[in-house]
Amino acid sequence: MASYIAKRLLAAIPVLLGLTVIVFFIMAMIPGDPATAILGTYATPENVEKLNRDLGLDKPLVQQYFIWLGNLLHGDFGRSFALNRPVLDEVLERFSATLILAGTALVLCSILGLLAGVVSAVRQFGWTDRIVTLVVLVGISTPSFFLGLLLILVFAVKLQWLPASGMWAIYGGGDLPDLLRHLILPASTLAVVATGVIARLTRTAMLEVLRQDFIRTARAKGLPERKVIMKHAVKAALVSVIPVIGIQAGFVLGGAVYIETVFQWPGIGSMLVKAISTRDLLLVQGGVLVVAAAYVLFNLAADVVQTMIDPRLR
Amino acid sequence: MKRILAAAVAALSLMFSQAAFSQTPPNVLVVGQIAEPKSMDPATVTAVNDFRILMNVYDGLVRYKDGTLEVEPSLAESWTISDDGTVYTFKLRDGVKFHDGTDFNAEAVKFNFDRILDENHPFHDTGPFPLSFYFSAVEDVNVVDPLTIEFRLDAPYAPFLSNLAYTPGLMVSPAAVEAQGKDFGRNPSGTGAFKFAEWEANSKVVVVRNEEYWDGAPPLEAVIYRPITDANTRIAEMLSGGLDIMVEVPPDSLAQFRDNDSYKVVEQAGPHLWFLILNLKEGPFADKKVRQAANYALNKKALVENILQGTAQVAAGPTPPAFAWAYNDALEPYPYDPEKAKALLAEAGYDGEEVTFYVTDGGSGMLDPVAMGTAIQADLEAIGMNVNVETYEWNTFLGKVNPGLEGKADMAEMAWMTNDPDTLPFLALRSEAWPDKGGFNSGYYSNPKVDELLNNARKSTDQAERAKLYQEMQTIVQEDAPWVFVANWKQNAVTKSSVEDFKLQPSFFLMLQKVSKPQ
Repeated sequence: MASYIAKRLLAAIPVLLGLTVIVFFIMAMIPGDPATAILGTYATPENVEKLNRDLGLDKPLVQQYFIWLGNLLHGDFGRSFALNRPVLDEVLERFSATLILAGTALVLCSILGLLAGVVSAVRQFGWTDRIVTLVVLVGISTPSFFLGLLLILVFAVKLQWLPASGMWAIYGGGDLPDLLRHLILPASTLAVVATGVIARLTRTAMLEVLRQDFIRTARAKGLPERKVIMKHAVKAALVSVIPVIGIQAGFVLGGAVYIETVFQWPGIGSMLVKAISTRDLLLVQGGVLVVAAAYVLFNLAADVVQTMIDPRLR
Repeated sequence: MKRILAAAVAALSLMFSQAAFSQTPPNVLVVGQIAEPKSMDPATVTAVNDFRILMNVYDGLVRYKDGTLEVEPSLAESWTISDDGTVYTFKLRDGVKFHDGTDFNAEAVKFNFDRILDENHPFHDTGPFPLSFYFSAVEDVNVVDPLTIEFRLDAPYAPFLSNLAYTPGLMVSPAAVEAQGKDFGRNPSGTGAFKFAEWEANSKVVVVRNEEYWDGAPPLEAVIYRPITDANTRIAEMLSGGLDIMVEVPPDSLAQFRDNDSYKVVEQAGPHLWFLILNLKEGPFADKKVRQAANYALNKKALVENILQGTAQVAAGPTPPAFAWAYNDALEPYPYDPEKAKALLAEAGYDGEEVTFYVTDGGSGMLDPVAMGTAIQADLEAIGMNVNVETYEWNTFLGKVNPGLEGKADMAEMAWMTNDPDTLPFLALRSEAWPDKGGFNSGYYSNPKVDELLNNARKSTDQAERAKLYQEMQTIVQEDAPWVFVANWKQNAVTKSSVEDFKLQPSFFLMLQKVSKPQ
């Protein structure tokens, strides 16, 4: 297992390197440059040229890339033009906020999705199944930014139960209950779509499993139905659900971009959006690199868990 | 199971226990900003959003008088200008200290300007300083005595005083720059009414009362600036009680605050112009009649009332009325007269040639550019012009427009916000300001009389004389119509009704020195 993980991690290096090349050149190709973004209407060719020189952007593109890569190998991610602070500080701070949000959402959607899927499979075509299916359908179809605004309107503006935005209270707070209060709305919003997807797949997988011979055997030998479902059926169904959760983890990370903007969550998604619009090359590079590395790790983790559950894959 | 339930109930009750968590405490003002500041080093920023914080943490040698764009003493008590307008000598206020405890004096002033202007200064690398060209006329800065500083300019430059009141002219503590280097922008120190306390990335910037402020300690204990980029979220946060002041309220939402006694809506027109650059070098707009036709064709009243929903007023000429001393009151906006526009087109022999119109999707001061572009296209098509809209993302747009419209487009949206009546016409209307000469005259307007007026206005240090020159320039430019003059932005803000003595300034700075919030 250890050599398998090591091999996968090694294989990820060229992927990440390739990604940085692509991002670097896409950023260089989109029109506009950091100097124009900083100067705005004051961007005369003369001012732009001077600022680009100050920022070290007057060198050839390939040279710029290798300077960046060289610094990276020394652990130096560079300095953000727009924020005037080290890229690594900003990226790590932002990414941990995203991880908290996406992690909570992932736990939420896994639990709820599995539960809903199992229940609706066991009660196939019953009322519970129909209601769960309907709710899941609505959940999958609602644009998450819209749902987010709706939740803010109801729970923050009308009922004033929960804060509308941010990660921590502006004064006081700073403890776990404070964080949880701020997490509820964005994490739920973020979890909705993935919950739907997981629920639907769990349902299908469960229905498939419930038709298998070993389930009939289990029932025939007089096991209580609860045990049949929980011990035999769910475990078998999980094998095909886990990779989906792994993929959903990626989507949840991606979806965080909108949600972070709506809820003003200080995460890496909203940071990247802003960094792109200000042409903050180094910040985009640093952010993408960290997110991509996380993506690779999630997929690897999903595969490892799957191998542990399903002996056939070992 | 029961134990889990009990724990859950306990956790929930803890979370909801502070029912009033969204209420802000007395004497602490929470301001909803549109974005996180880039830096708190005033020499490195260009966005109004950042100025809103910095104006309360720093002072300049001079500042804008309350409610105007005219300068008055601040860190300098008085000044003299040499007869030829090239030497400015400032007498500095005695006993002023930076927040870090060091003295404000002539050496500190020299450090500030040398840092920005001298590439060999040891702390020039704390830049880049994008607005340093505000002081490009400065040749040297000399310390005469500890409380007297002298600026030598390479030529008379009338906007100099006004530029000193703007952000690049704010005084930072040399000791703090020396200690912090590039990180000064995150650990700022000035002389202002509020001292920097804390900056939590993408969450808040906190400044606290400077008890020793030379102009009297402010009533507020602290101000907390929160960046909330999404306008809808900002409104929700205002409605749920998490903000005391919110700036740049979207036009759609102003009414809901106006109709509610718990809030006050504040508005202020500023030195901003929203206009269309016309390409005079080629195509239909090379003919003055067609340019005037375009000015008559736009229903500007409908644009500001329906699309901008009253957040702007109709512009008459190239200078915004906020520059009260330099504005030509005799100027009337081009009236909405499609018949006259059609007649002018016919006179000019316009044959329905296609007109390319650059529109942007956002950008500083651009208000609602896509909707505006669509409405303008419709107005022009109503008089028989064939308009083809091309929309670009802001940075791309600037990259296309600033180098000049020749060979690309016939007209383009643009907006400018400036601090002196000199800036926009000088940089965007003179023959010497064509893009190939480093200016912003992207439509290639050229009128020797306007050039002369603007050059003279810049040299004169007598405000009354400058005013006369600017007023004459406005009349000529309006008649020549190198632009379509559309709107002047009215900045707005919403405050809780408990916030007292809050005003918006024509400079668009957010001055909080006198504001209070007793409950």
